[in-house]
Amino acid sequence: MEIGPYLMLASLEGAVTAAVLALTAVGLSLVFGVMRVVNVAHGEFFMLGAVLAWWVTSLIGGHPALGFAVALLSVPVLVGLLAAAADMTVLKRVSHDPERTIVATIGILYILQQVTLMTYGPDARPVVPPFNARLALPWVEFVGGRPQLYWPWGLSTTSYKLAVIGAATLVLIGVWLGMTRTRAGLLMRATQMDRDMALAFGIPVERVYALVFGLGAGLAAMAAVLIVPIQQAHYLMGGDPLLLSFIVVIIGGLGSLPGTVVAAILIGLSDGIISVFFSPTLAKILATLLVALVLVFRPQGLFGERRT
Amino acid sequence: MLEVNGLNVAYGRARVLRDLSLTVRAGEILCLLGRNGAGKTTTMKAIMGLLPLMSGRVVLDGQVVSDLPPHQVPRTGIGYIPQGRGLFADLTVAQNLQIGLMVRKSGTQVLDDVLDLFPRLRERLHQRAQTLSGGEQQMLATARALCLEPRVLLLDEPTEGLQPSMIEAIREVIVMMRARGVAVLLVEQRVDAVLSVADRVAFIENGRNLETLDAARLRADPAILERHLGV
Repeated sequence: MEIGPYLMLASLEGAVTAAVLALTAVGLSLVFGVMRVVNVAHGEFFMLGAVLAWWVTSLIGGHPALGFAVALLSVPVLVGLLAAAADMTVLKRVSHDPERTIVATIGILYILQQVTLMTYGPDARPVVPPFNARLALPWVEFVGGRPQLYWPWGLSTTSYKLAVIGAATLVLIGVWLGMTRTRAGLLMRATQMDRDMALAFGIPVERVYALVFGLGAGLAAMAAVLIVPIQQAHYLMGGDPLLLSFIVVIIGGLGSLPGTVVAAILIGLSDGIISVFFSPTLAKILATLLVALVLVFRPQGLFGERRT
Repeated sequence: MLEVNGLNVAYGRARVLRDLSLTVRAGEILCLLGRNGAGKTTTMKAIMGLLPLMSGRVVLDGQVVSDLPPHQVPRTGIGYIPQGRGLFADLTVAQNLQIGLMVRKSGTQVLDDVLDLFPRLRERLHQRAQTLSGGEQQMLATARALCLEPRVLLLDEPTEGLQPSMIEAIREVIVMMRARGVAVLLVEQRVDAVLSVADRVAFIENGRNLETLDAARLRADPAILERHLGV
């Protein structure tokens, strides 16, 4: 087989990674942008989303799609509420101070991880996808100088993977509309731009912070629910999404949502393609190298605005 | 109307305000004068609840404002126009004003009245605040504070860096607010601007009250200015 079909397959795998990564990273970026909090526990909210998705689906039984639908709707809300509670009980007490919140979120990371280990255990458990039809993919060949479609053997994806890309896209559009078109979004953006003036104009900043922290964690959990039928739930699965989210957020520009999405697509796609043709380790090395280059030559990120 | 009693404020270990007291009556412009670092901006931030008080109270019409959480302070009717304008730079003019309107749930009638005062803003409603000229930004900061139908206005160097026609426009609005019974606390560096609008002048130095006089006495005897400001 020529290289084209492989490239398409790798791009599709990369697009799934990119979609999930974009959701996770947008959550991290929102929290950093509005609250100036570097949330080291972000990956654990992702992990919690996957583990709770397993729990909900195994509780409900019946057709896999039913349990999955309930998980998709309820788990991000549950994780969001937990995160909002963590904000009000922990981060608020350290006045959302940038340095102290890093230490505090490291604490939250270990609490979530170890409680999951003590209750859920060390196993990796699968969640059955709600639907999983195999879709053969066509490729073009030239027969006698005229293009013609054919279906190479083994070139396929699943309907679920395409659904993940579609769902993530919808959620991201929803977040964008929420930030730009709603009253809550207006309050969040005003808080992000100038916390003191937000207070001086009656914006309940503490409540906005709890909402944003919950929303950020909820997005990570949503991403995890979407990926868990492909990846399995495990109590240590939060590490990779955390690292990749930080890479994406730094490349895209801290606090810039469009930048975060573009960087997630860039990193997700290149991760997929490089992993297929070379090795996953090389993909991580290149991504980290890109972060280093961005930090040296464009510290505000590709889309970030220089802070004065 | 607005009473500030014995404020003590510190940044870390550096005490910035020491037993500072002020009274601004309804329909009066009180001007705060003092050298750089005397504590004028700090006084305003402290009134807005943006700095923790070591002691002292801020009372508005009998209500102890300084006991409220910071975001509830503006809901009592205190409009703040900070130094440097403090606009939400990426938001549009309309969104900046909307945030002002939300403070006390003012209706569209209030917005119309405010835009009548600043017709320039009406033409630029959908422009982002940071793309406005300096004078227009100052108009927007003022308009945003007027949107909450203030009983008290705090203005921190509103004419800094503006051209004379803009300064005049801002001055007219301040005088009009006084006529409507708003209590105005004004920080201003330019002494001539102070003398032309102020009813009373409070001198402060190192965060302490010096003396508070009627502006008429200052106009009659400019030597007092020299004594307190060394200008």
